[in-house]
Amino acid sequence: MLSMRLRRIRNSHQLATAALFILPGLLLFVTFVIGPLIYSFQISFYDWNIVHPETSEWEGLQNYLGAIQDPVFRRAVVNTLVYTLVTVPGQMVLGLIVAILLNQQIKGRALFRVVYYLPVITSWVIVSLLFEYLFSGQAGLVNYILRDVLHLIDKNIRWLADPILAFVPIHLLGIWKGIGWTAIIFLAGLQVIPEHLYEAAEVDGADPLQRFVHITVPLLRPTIVFLLVVLTIGGLNAYISNLLITNGGDPMDLTHFVLTLMYEATFTRLDFGMGSAISYLLTFFVFAISIFQIRLLRQTTEY
Amino acid sequence: MGLQNRRRFSRTVSYILLITGVAVVTIPFWYMLITSLKPQSYIFEIPPQLWPQEITLDNYANALGKDLFGLYFLNSLIVAICSTAATIVVSSLLAYAFARLKFPGKELLFYIFLLGMMIPPVMLIIPQFIIAKHLKLLDSLLGLLLVYVTMNLSMQTFLLRGFFESIPRDLEDAALIDGATRWTIFWRVIMPLSRPGLAVVAIFTFLYSWDEFPWAHVAIKETTRRTLPIAIAFFQSQHLTEWGQVFAASIVALVPVVIVFVLFQRHFVQGIAATGMKG
Repeated sequence: MLSMRLRRIRNSHQLATAALFILPGLLLFVTFVIGPLIYSFQISFYDWNIVHPETSEWEGLQNYLGAIQDPVFRRAVVNTLVYTLVTVPGQMVLGLIVAILLNQQIKGRALFRVVYYLPVITSWVIVSLLFEYLFSGQAGLVNYILRDVLHLIDKNIRWLADPILAFVPIHLLGIWKGIGWTAIIFLAGLQVIPEHLYEAAEVDGADPLQRFVHITVPLLRPTIVFLLVVLTIGGLNAYISNLLITNGGDPMDLTHFVLTLMYEATFTRLDFGMGSAISYLLTFFVFAISIFQIRLLRQTTEY
Repeated sequence: MGLQNRRRFSRTVSYILLITGVAVVTIPFWYMLITSLKPQSYIFEIPPQLWPQEITLDNYANALGKDLFGLYFLNSLIVAICSTAATIVVSSLLAYAFARLKFPGKELLFYIFLLGMMIPPVMLIIPQFIIAKHLKLLDSLLGLLLVYVTMNLSMQTFLLRGFFESIPRDLEDAALIDGATRWTIFWRVIMPLSRPGLAVVAIFTFLYSWDEFPWAHVAIKETTRRTLPIAIAFFQSQHLTEWGQVFAASIVALVPVVIVFVLFQRHFVQGIAATGMKG
């Protein structure tokens, strides 16, 4: 009796109640996510007039083609890809090392964890400015260490004035800031690997390297896939460090990332159509890469 | 004996590596702190000192007094606290609906919300800017808050739905039979039981709102409405050589983050491990 009544209450469609719970979130989500998603797709086909949108001219694929043919955009794509190819493996390798070290009976684990996590919780703005200062040409700490402590160079390097060297602080920052997060995700993956697998392997005479290759790596595969996908998305969307360290593009528009270029097109040149086209191009690419990575890594798990 | 020696050796190597890592992480922060305490005349000293020869609080006094960083701090605090509170309410309401209520189109709606986790936030900035302009939400802290809540919604709803589903149904059933409404049950039964889950949501949203740069950078032009990240970036672009003040403001901005993190470290690490959220 009771349970039937209960089931009836549980299962009854209460549209009014559900609406009460859902509406605040749905309203925000439609206004600031779904609406914008559709709106920017529309804008990307126009020579958008921000003051009088109704006078905007339809341009078809012109914004997309214009972006793809623009050498500055192409350079930005290369820069973004190189950044991703450097910082993703960098974070994963160093993060895994830290995670393995912290996954032992070690004194002060909590303290180590806090310290390694410090760069993660610090605003990108602060750490970007910090790296700009560390790598400054005249009296930067990095130049001092390279020149007077290690004697590797005999003249100060002007890191930020060179279109290639400017990426040294940007790449190092990308890795430095991400190690803590990567390590914690790896640590969570390592902690579910049963200890007895290692013990059995040790009894069978497997050395540490063999245990790592044959136990740790295969069992960490889901974690590795997850990190690869998330870090790649993060790398392709990198933006703040570049904007602050090179002013997005200095010198001579050679150091842009895709998103610093999107920002410049939109908010400096007020070309909202071009900005939207660039952000859609990036999003398509990000989706394609993510799906590719997930597929690829799933296949290799099947022997 | 041989095994024990090897163990001891590998432990020593571990400590050496970990401490080297600690040095790599902390030296930049230490240098930032030192620079914030140096008089301006020492900022470009050669050789750069890792230990200050003269300590002064001038940079802090200037940043907080002359340059309105006190106000920016307050703005950041208001936005971060309100965004956190609003995110907790809105996302737990949603999560409860997805965990317990029955309504048409539930599955579809849930997947639409999940989509929100996959969209790079920066790609939404242009239309968000135009919409905020129409709604008169530019140059307002409310405009920051609404976007911050929305950008956190998908992830936090997903997290809380899982949390709510793990609460035994018996607790609600008793109240349902007594004729309590879902609304009452949500506030009186579910929310009090969910403190650990809500803590994770709170920490992430607070840090996100406190550190957020791209949206604030686009949405705020009015000086008095700035939050700390955009204020610091703007100050540096105006006073290229006054690193002491830049870093004094940065240290001030960093203090609440470190306090929140150290206090809630355990929740935080569990939250990341459980959901893969990016801090």
